[in-house]
Amino acid sequence: MTLPQKVAAIILCLIFVLMVFATIFVPAPYARQFRDVPNAGPSAVHLLGTDALGRDCLSRLLYGTRVSLLLAPAAALLSTLIAALLGSAAGFLGGWFERIVLAVTDLSLALPWLFLLLTVRAMLPLDVPPMVSVLIAFLMMGLLGWQASVRVICAAARGVRDSDFLLLARSSGCTPTRLLLHHVAPNLRPLFYAQFWISIPLFILTEANLSILGLGVMEPMPSWGNLLRGFEDFSALAANPSRLGPLILLVIVVMCFQLVLPSQEVTQ
Amino acid sequence: MITYEKAAKLLRYPLRRLLFLLCLGFGGAVLSATLVRFAPGYGAQERELDPRWSSQSIEALRQEQPLHEGLPMFYLRYVSALAHGDFGESDSLKRPVRDLLRQRLPVTGNSVVRGLAVAWLAAAMLGSLGLASRSWLYEASSTAFSSLFLSLPSAVVAMLAVYLRTPVFWAIGVVVFPRLHRYIRSLLVRSYGQPHVLAARARGLRSGAIFWRHVLPIAAPPLLALLGVSFAIAFGAAIPIEALCDSPGLGQLAWQAALSRDLPLIVNVTLVVCLVMLAANSLADLAGRVFAGSTQ
Repeated sequence: MTLPQKVAAIILCLIFVLMVFATIFVPAPYARQFRDVPNAGPSAVHLLGTDALGRDCLSRLLYGTRVSLLLAPAAALLSTLIAALLGSAAGFLGGWFERIVLAVTDLSLALPWLFLLLTVRAMLPLDVPPMVSVLIAFLMMGLLGWQASVRVICAAARGVRDSDFLLLARSSGCTPTRLLLHHVAPNLRPLFYAQFWISIPLFILTEANLSILGLGVMEPMPSWGNLLRGFEDFSALAANPSRLGPLILLVIVVMCFQLVLPSQEVTQ
Repeated sequence: MITYEKAAKLLRYPLRRLLFLLCLGFGGAVLSATLVRFAPGYGAQERELDPRWSSQSIEALRQEQPLHEGLPMFYLRYVSALAHGDFGESDSLKRPVRDLLRQRLPVTGNSVVRGLAVAWLAAAMLGSLGLASRSWLYEASSTAFSSLFLSLPSAVVAMLAVYLRTPVFWAIGVVVFPRLHRYIRSLLVRSYGQPHVLAARARGLRSGAIFWRHVLPIAAPPLLALLGVSFAIAFGAAIPIEALCDSPGLGQLAWQAALSRDLPLIVNVTLVVCLVMLAANSLADLAGRVFAGSTQ
């Protein structure tokens, strides 16, 4: 690990610790409105000021960080699990199953990711409670974000399929399920981890885009995405630059992930 | 004989891709018909809620709806209409989807093509400059610059474009540029590090000759594949950018359709975008194969 990678990893750890202990630092619940001080600047009571509805910006930022940083890894875990299952099975079994999986993957990869998410989101109700909107965002990203990982895992599993140790295990009478779980999957584990970490920044950016468009996490639940919606009001932003906090935090986290994972070349 | 076989092989590929596109179009049409048919509220009319209509009239209205025809008949009618270019009617805008697509596709196509031109030019120039200068300061600053842009959500770039009053294609260019820059840079570094390129340099060949004769033949097929991928990235970025910059393109249309849960519109827009993307990828792939075949 190089020095910039170590620094990036430390920053990420610090932000994750801040997220876990957010409830200790927050001055007020994220939805509480201080109606006498809307759009207030930074003060001793409200360190980052308040928004147009009088809600404390620091509290919303800390809770929003928690939502975004839990949502993205959870979705990445689900998508990696699906990719691991499909990719290793396709690469290991080969034949028509591999061809079908790769054709579906190619087809999904050809379609811009946001178009796919918008189509699926349009089929689900929009007027839902905030927690349900978080669940919908998590399921959409997790269930639809596995395509790029499947290709990589399938190629690696194909390499393992022809290896000597697998031939030996097969000749010893191992069943296909046992071969897959006990011999193929452990050899692909580093790849699963890599795909998991690569997916996190992609999902953080996707959640931000969806929430800014009003199709992700719903108000009053904060997330980096719906906190960034406040940027549309440039006059309020100019009056209180501390509102740039969510954007700065998002950029730092995504850049740190990019530094820690230098192999990531093209993300959608 | 060898040339004939090579030409036949090259011809077989586009035919296979065309067949695949046709099958995909059919599959997509069936899928979109299913989504439209089984969407909640399909076939319901506002007039049915009007208390002035008698129960007999409402029943007569319902009988006029395609809801009462059999499922096979519905699919047949839907796919046949789609084959004739009839994409149905938008629920929210009350206009034929075909007209909306005809109106919006050129706007997005124009922004995407101009945005890609800006992004490719900037990425190729910065990548080549980095290779020519080979200074660590330049490398570090260009990497930091592209990482910063890579970390910005497209919607934030769109808001900045609104604030700075820049055209939509600049915003698309800014979103696509860092992805291209990173890939082009690593590709050029890899290509210039090939043993035969080093040997050519050691023999004193000029840099222009090295680039055109030795680097480009290796780098062109992956670059052409990247061109296909960059279309998908640019179309994806067009949704938040057009929505927030109020540009009347396909991205804004898809966003409005999603917000108003207009399934006939969003499903058909996605189907058309999918076919455009696959055609672009197939063309880029074919160009790469032709290029690789001609340089062998």
